[in-house]
Amino acid sequence: MTKRQKVLVLYLKFPSLEAEVISWATFDGTGKKLHMTGDSDEPPYPTGLDALLDGWRLFQASQAIPEHPGQEFRTSYLKHEFFFEKIEEGDF
Amino acid sequence: MTKLLSTEQMAEFANSGCLFFEGLIDEDINREFLNDIGHTNIDQVDNIQQYFQNIKSSSSIPRIPAGTPLKDAYRLNSPLEKIFKNEIVSGAINSLVGSKTVVDHQFLHLTFPSKYYEKANQRQMSQVNHQDSTIDPRTTFDIQLFYFPTAVTKEMGGTRYHPGTHLRIVNEMGIAKYQNIKGQKNIVCKAGTIGIFHNGLWHGAGVNFSDDIRYMFKVRLQPTEKQELLWDPEKKYQPLPNRALYWTDENKDQTINDILMRSYPWQEADTNRLDKINVVKFWRLLTGHKNMDVDYWLTRIENELY
Repeated sequence: MTKRQKVLVLYLKFPSLEAEVISWATFDGTGKKLHMTGDSDEPPYPTGLDALLDGWRLFQASQAIPEHPGQEFRTSYLKHEFFFEKIEEGDF
Repeated sequence: MTKLLSTEQMAEFANSGCLFFEGLIDEDINREFLNDIGHTNIDQVDNIQQYFQNIKSSSSIPRIPAGTPLKDAYRLNSPLEKIFKNEIVSGAINSLVGSKTVVDHQFLHLTFPSKYYEKANQRQMSQVNHQDSTIDPRTTFDIQLFYFPTAVTKEMGGTRYHPGTHLRIVNEMGIAKYQNIKGQKNIVCKAGTIGIFHNGLWHGAGVNFSDDIRYMFKVRLQPTEKQELLWDPEKKYQPLPNRALYWTDENKDQTINDILMRSYPWQEADTNRLDKINVVKFWRLLTGHKNMDVDYWLTRIENELY
């Protein structure tokens, strides 16, 4: 038996796990499923909290960084990023 | 003759970053284009590079040095010259980047079906989300014109795009980690459809699960003049007056301002407001009304008394 990591990245509507998922990515280290860009139109969970309730462990969240003076209205990447993992055991 | 865009279409472009003209190019020209590039069945294709090479050596698609005026780019009576001469295509181009626009680059995108990857023993993956070219903080904008010579079905994995992302300044594939974005769209269209994207619109090619090759011919066009009221040379557009906020009136008619203020499901609660502010700033540039506003977004924060 070996261990493999599955990673779920959720981008939320505001920086709290109760917020709605607006973007998502999944990377499956078990090799059971190959995820790719554009493979689902519906998020795996409605909110970040729902991912926790399903056993995903949060291991990283984006920081709140004040906008640079003079750049307050510049928009760029999605802001509220949360990384989750599940460890799966098996014969891979 | 050209048919310039309407103010509603311009507002749609300012808000979403894209416009579509479904089935605009007629069947004869689509067939002529496909014959010209030597369109064939996937069973006849052993090697993608060779297929590309054949198209490059035998089709009428010319080599166009970057910066060539569009009017000089395509041979008279060639399929592409006919497409750019279409009154709606030329009207949209003139409205957005002007009649003196120049070609940045062109490319014929091909997406091969699963059969090809199985034969070649390769993994078939979609293209990641990206913004074309490189980080681009200009207020001037380019357009990318997409031409679909065949019908694109859902199975064919037509271009995925994210309406409303065009004013977000990112660095090309820096957005590749967003596998899926709420509200993402995939182009499903009739043969002869033309799409026009703002150069900043986030997009990527889907996987082709059909049995046919999917084609998309793209041309990037740059303006050589200010993009102010190009669609309204008589300067008829006038901004609407302020309207009540939150405690609103009963007027349900959709106005230009409603089009400009449309939200998208992928926008964050906080940054969505900045997205709106940036659309208003974009509309100020397009209309030349430097102090116009929608829903007081800019007036409020421009009221600096110290």
